[in-house]
Amino acid sequence: MLLILLAVLILHLIILVLLFVSTIANAWTVGGTKNTDLWYSCLTTNVGYHCSSASNEDWIQAVQALMVLSVLFCLFSLVFFMCQLFTLVKGGRFFFTAVFQILASLFVMCGAIIYTVMRPDGEKDAAFGFAYILAWVSFPLCLPPLTAMCE
Amino acid sequence: NCVHLSHLTPSLTPIVPQQSEAIVIYTGWERHALVGSDIRLSCSFFSWRWTSDDVTFSWSYRADGARDSISVFHYTGGSPYVDNKGPFRDRLEFVGNPGRRDGSILLKNLDYGDNGTFTCDAKNPPDIVGRASSVRLLVFEKVPIQAGVITGAIIGAVLGLLVLVVVIYYLMRFLVARRVFNLSVSKHGKKGKGKEGSQQRQASPLSVGSLTTTTQR
Repeated sequence: MLLILLAVLILHLIILVLLFVSTIANAWTVGGTKNTDLWYSCLTTNVGYHCSSASNEDWIQAVQALMVLSVLFCLFSLVFFMCQLFTLVKGGRFFFTAVFQILASLFVMCGAIIYTVMRPDGEKDAAFGFAYILAWVSFPLCLPPLTAMCE
Repeated sequence: NCVHLSHLTPSLTPIVPQQSEAIVIYTGWERHALVGSDIRLSCSFFSWRWTSDDVTFSWSYRADGARDSISVFHYTGGSPYVDNKGPFRDRLEFVGNPGRRDGSILLKNLDYGDNGTFTCDAKNPPDIVGRASSVRLLVFEKVPIQAGVITGAIIGAVLGLLVLVVVIYYLMRFLVARRVFNLSVSKHGKKGKGKEGSQQRQASPLSVGSLTTTTQR
């Protein structure tokens, strides 16, 4: 039992770190000299590294909001987990932890889907960067802890 | 008698012009407007001197991509002179108040060709040293959304919903608990009254019984 709880805690922390990195790192679309992410679009030239803020379109703002919300909800879920760890009666359910974790995974899924569909037009060799992949990876990682907690 | 010129040089005190501090001109930085709408470009200045009667305002316009700027408005000698030959003829109006240091102009019925930089230059004699200030006009089909507005709205809405759900949950719990408390209190109350009532009823047949016995005697 203790091992399962420890595993859930570690998984929670891993997911939180993944979400943070994914939201902040400037590597959602990479291509040649240009790196784009949710917040900035940076260009490496001979002179240096220039960043300009990303376009203000509706969809990218929605993706920003969803990623930030997923980070927040994952944080809440972790806090609830820690609280309930010490106050839960035997046989009780980690209800709130599971709910917040489900919401966090839903938000990150929605954000990643919107970004996939509406991705910004980049250069010819534009590919998805590691931050984008991290977002997709963290979505299914939220599910095993849920099953473990619902037992 | 040679008089040395050097002795004759008069003391030349340089004529110092009246000190004029710099004038500071304020306009906006950028203005956004929709096609077909009107826009007011404001221009005001700060000067240490009183507003003189010879105050002048001057607006000039440089289109996006053009190299030269043309003059489109001039206010001097108490009268405004608007553009009557250039791109803004019949579309420019003076809506400022020079007495209050306001030299704003109104542009009507904007078009995409009006994109450019408007420069305001004001002079308040003897305050004439100053840097003209420019405002950039951007004409859109529809006004673009500013950065972060939708983001903030979504985050605020979801968090607000969360807070609302939590508050409602605790409120329901509180109300249900209070109702249960009221029910239990009334139950206890009925039991107490019931006991007294049964005592009274038990007492009354005794008294009736005693009456009957007394009458029977």
